[in-house]
Amino acid sequence: MRFIQNNLFGFLLLWGFLFFGLQATSPTLAAEDNLTTHIGTMAAANFTALSKQIEALAATGDPRVVPILEALAKGRLFFRKSDKKVVFATKVKRRYKLSDPLSGDTLGEVKKSKVKKIRVNNKLRRQIRTVLGGLTLLSPDPKVRLKAAEAIFKSGDATALPALEAAIVQELDTDIRAVLRQARAVAVLKSDRPDEDKKAALTILEARGDRDALSVVTAVARTSTGDLKAIADRTVTTIQETLELWNIVQNIWYGLSLGSVLLLAAIGLAITFGVMGVINMAHGEMVMIGAYTTFVVQDIIRTSAPELFDYSLAIALPLAFLVAGGVGVAIERGVIRFLYGRPLETLLATWGVSLVLQQTVRTIFGPTNREVGAPDFMSGAFEIGHLTITYNRLWIIVFSLMVMVALMMLLKYTALGLQMRAVTQNRKMAGAMGIRTNWIDAATFGLGSGLAGIAGVALSQIDNVSPNLGQSYIIDSFMVVVFGGVGNLWGTLVGALTLGIANKFLEPFAGAVLAKVFVLIFIILFIQKRPRGLFALKGRAIES
Amino acid sequence: MTPKFKSAVAAAALTASVFTAHTALAADTIKVGILHSLSGTMAISETTLKDVMLMLIEDQNKKGGVLGKKLEPVVVDPASNWPLFAEKARELLQVHKVDVVFGNWTSVSRKSVLPVFEELNGILFYPVQYEGEESSKNVFYTGAAPNQQAIPAVDYLMKNEKVERWVLAGTDYVYPRTTNKILETYLKAKGVAADDIMVNYTPFGHSDWQTIVANIKKFGSAGKKTAVVSTINGDANVPFYKELGNQGVKAEDIPVVAFSVGEEELAGLDTRPLVGHLAAWNYFMSIDTPSNDEFIEKWQKFIKDDKRVTNDPMEAHYIGFQMWVKAVENANSTKTDDVLDAIVGVTVPNLTGGYSAMMPNHHITKPVLIGEIQEDGQFETVWRTPGLVAGDAWSDFLPGSKDLIADWRKPLGCGNYNVKANKCGGQGS
Repeated sequence: MRFIQNNLFGFLLLWGFLFFGLQATSPTLAAEDNLTTHIGTMAAANFTALSKQIEALAATGDPRVVPILEALAKGRLFFRKSDKKVVFATKVKRRYKLSDPLSGDTLGEVKKSKVKKIRVNNKLRRQIRTVLGGLTLLSPDPKVRLKAAEAIFKSGDATALPALEAAIVQELDTDIRAVLRQARAVAVLKSDRPDEDKKAALTILEARGDRDALSVVTAVARTSTGDLKAIADRTVTTIQETLELWNIVQNIWYGLSLGSVLLLAAIGLAITFGVMGVINMAHGEMVMIGAYTTFVVQDIIRTSAPELFDYSLAIALPLAFLVAGGVGVAIERGVIRFLYGRPLETLLATWGVSLVLQQTVRTIFGPTNREVGAPDFMSGAFEIGHLTITYNRLWIIVFSLMVMVALMMLLKYTALGLQMRAVTQNRKMAGAMGIRTNWIDAATFGLGSGLAGIAGVALSQIDNVSPNLGQSYIIDSFMVVVFGGVGNLWGTLVGALTLGIANKFLEPFAGAVLAKVFVLIFIILFIQKRPRGLFALKGRAIES
Repeated sequence: MTPKFKSAVAAAALTASVFTAHTALAADTIKVGILHSLSGTMAISETTLKDVMLMLIEDQNKKGGVLGKKLEPVVVDPASNWPLFAEKARELLQVHKVDVVFGNWTSVSRKSVLPVFEELNGILFYPVQYEGEESSKNVFYTGAAPNQQAIPAVDYLMKNEKVERWVLAGTDYVYPRTTNKILETYLKAKGVAADDIMVNYTPFGHSDWQTIVANIKKFGSAGKKTAVVSTINGDANVPFYKELGNQGVKAEDIPVVAFSVGEEELAGLDTRPLVGHLAAWNYFMSIDTPSNDEFIEKWQKFIKDDKRVTNDPMEAHYIGFQMWVKAVENANSTKTDDVLDAIVGVTVPNLTGGYSAMMPNHHITKPVLIGEIQEDGQFETVWRTPGLVAGDAWSDFLPGSKDLIADWRKPLGCGNYNVKANKCGGQGS
């Protein structure tokens, strides 16, 4: 262990030598002073001066530089206005807790006005990323090493070659070694090494075959000549062909994802419009109410129990269902029940209700967007092959299918579901059998609205939480239900996914605006041919 | 006298008395019309501007008003409905007889009220960045013209980030389309090949950005530094930025510079994955000047919420309002023609530590700032123009408008003077 540490330290120094060609003395007091001076001058430096300081800090090769540079990139490095001392600062409520960047000693808390952030821009952030990559290439933590290798791959600096080659020899983890080789390949391509080396490098990049690799190879193809250019051109074509195939997979995935959003938005409507036949223009506002419920839940959690934040969505789900369902029941009892069998009046009345709800929310919560945070398990993405899958979309697909299954079970296996189906199929007969049809109407409408509320919880993760949230989904929801077949849940599922995938395959060719137009035209034509949608209900219920 | 006739006389007398009471009241105050949507899609942005106007008016009244008279705000709600904007503008000018109107956000609403203001000879202060290609005798454009926002932003990316490949992404309506047309011509003039420009439009409120973000990544993998210039407007921005963050498009690799994303838009977002993406404005809340600190403090106190942010259009109203007050005082009158004569050349302090002046083309001078998004939802200024930039009504980069200038001073008094043909009147309004 001791050996590795020494070796690491020595190597960092070596790397510093090679990378910046600066003189570094033995890691003694002189280096200590050096470090302190460099850090000291970072306060009140402009971007150019700061860039030089970063170089100098990296050249010291001191591992203690790493947290300082990380803090700088993240905007956590401040300086005290009084004595220009550079400090780490963490925000605690409205004050800043300071600590010394080298020793880690705490330096007390101060007001915001006493300290000033050391500013960085994208260029410096890029520089820091590269420099940190160089400094952490031999870190004991494999995760850090992998990140370092990726960083060097991205910056692709020819001067990093010796360091990379040394690291490749030492690296035991095969995954990291692969990335290191790729990083080396990029560096070789940018260096003046012989063409033979570069050709080998191209093969390595071809194996990686992602967009980053493509970017590097395209640049080579543009700048090189002769043999090398021919090979580079061929590599570009190969990578592009693979990516083209992945593109199709990607379109299907995006389509499923869009479809699941449509499904979620429409599933409540499939009950209120599909099963009950009520044209509910306030459906979108139920989605909005669900989203605002999520906001309120998160707001309370943030102020009183921050440790529960990751569960906020789980807590919000039943509440959103109850709140939106409650509002739904109130609308049904207050307005819609007087208007059964009069679709035009229902349409206008619910449209009015939707405006009232929007303005109410606007008055209570203000007109601006509200932030609904994503729990950790819903942020970020992972990759399968060359397909980037974002967690929030993945969870929404899973969630929408879960809701779908739950709803089907409810309709099929519970007494409430049986009664709902009975009432929609033959109201009078159901009434004669002792079912309280009024009560069932309210419950059905409440269920549909509650489902919309649940959808709101999910949609708050991908869309604005603003009073206008619902409006953007109402048309799509009707489209899905009508296309899928009124009164049929399977139709809604298939309709939503079909529209989603169709949209996503059209979009790359036609653009987002035209894709939407085409989908609408398609639906109009489709409805001409099959007025009852994909899965038409058969039987007497339809005729009445 | 029949009872019928009697009641008619009474009614007439009543109307007359109401009318005189009304005019008597009007004589004591100066009426300021506020024409911002308080409901509908645009309420999200415009309500704030209504509030800021109320604050400015209240503040001015505390200082004793203007010309010894108190200011009286008249607020109407055009409900994000473009034709209703024209009706409400007419109501403000004819029924309420306001002396000046502050309002509008979208270009389409401005185009809708323009004929009303020209017909009734009113004054409108328009506070939002817009596409240019317009100059009206009755309208003052206190937001940025393309040369005060888009062009410097592109210059910054070219010079500091060495960007060679451009994605021009926008919402599908007049402002992004015109701005992108200007930018495309400008970039091509700078030697950017047509292959290196990708233009993309999306509908209002677009919420599924997966394909477009993937396309941006694809476009960016051609071995050249790529940047996105976003004129995406309103609600669509939040899902767009969420998708960028989730798909890991880092500002260090593909920076996005936006012209319609300010502090208010970021308030609904977790900005941690977005650090470093850019915006070009003439004002940021993070600007460290005493006048700005004072403005923020006043605003948060007025709105009773210490988390509320300030943004660029608010500063535009701040500047516009001061300019109007100063012009009225200089002219010693609130009559439209007197104010129009007095206002050109009026110079007032802005919030970024300098002074803004009203130009003869009814646009103002402003500094251009480039800011990077920070973790706390604020922008950090990373670059600013050394001096002030005067707004250009007619873009120099469009074939139809490069020979046009606007100068509303007498004796020229023309909004579209063709310097080649030496005559007033040409393309546009």
